[in-house]
Amino acid sequence: MSPNLPLAYLALSAILFAIGGVGLLVRRNPLVMIMCVELMLNAVNLTFVTFGRMLDDIAGQVIVFFVMVVAAAEVVIGLALIVAMARRRPEANADDLRLLRG
Amino acid sequence: METLVFIVCALIVLAGAIGVVMSRNPVHAALSLVATLFGIAVLFLNLGAQLLAVVQVIVYTGAIVVLILFVLMLLGVDEDEDLDTEPLVGQRIVAVLIGLLLAGAVLAVIIIGKDAAVTGARSATEAISPTVTNIVQIGRQLFTTFVFPLEITAGLLTIAVVGAVVLSRRPKDLQPIPEPESMTELGDDPLTITTEEAAH
Repeated sequence: MSPNLPLAYLALSAILFAIGGVGLLVRRNPLVMIMCVELMLNAVNLTFVTFGRMLDDIAGQVIVFFVMVVAAAEVVIGLALIVAMARRRPEANADDLRLLRG
Repeated sequence: METLVFIVCALIVLAGAIGVVMSRNPVHAALSLVATLFGIAVLFLNLGAQLLAVVQVIVYTGAIVVLILFVLMLLGVDEDEDLDTEPLVGQRIVAVLIGLLLAGAVLAVIIIGKDAAVTGARSATEAISPTVTNIVQIGRQLFTTFVFPLEITAGLLTIAVVGAVVLSRRPKDLQPIPEPESMTELGDDPLTITTEEAAH
């Protein structure tokens, strides 16, 4: 492994995180927003694995495991919310959903 | 070789990420997300995290993206969106500026700090072993050092399942198609004779 490759991984994660964040701020479809959150979580996962490699520690990979579990739970709840909202107001986007009472 | 794999996968990951953000059709965004997730799985392999690469493919592309696509089809929102009009004036410029600021700050730390940007004790938990397989090491750590987070994870998943059931349950007062009121309740005789009455 060339000496600067881990830093390149970190740079890639930073750019990926920023792209996900911009998407989260710009897009209005709740489903696309969830996908952007997944992008950000994956960027963090990549950072964790790279840190684990740089510090020679297995804990970096174990924590990614937990992040994946949390991501799965988050997607389940998010999609359930979207389905519940779409049932009441099919054409609603993120701007229309300021009131969670529907 | 590792550098070559990294460059190819980084391009795939970034192209997929931009595809998620820019594509008008949510289905195309989901497919771009698949490309990104696969690229990251290969990067995990490149970093020596074999178990995570497999879990990434199974959990993310196998479960999460399929779930998203499923809801996309269920709701029927798979038509193109109008991305040209900007509902909030200046929102996109501000969002891109925030993104550039975020990426720029982290990149500055990485470029200026080089390896010193990553601080901390080396091998604080357990060193990555060249002989013991990846999955054995992660499993052992999960059930020793990280056993309480693992238990909490079980609770989190249970809560998520219960929450999803509660949220997606159809509320009682919500009728998707209002049924026409019964004529007999309004005091009118039905125009047609039901089969039970005809039998008498």
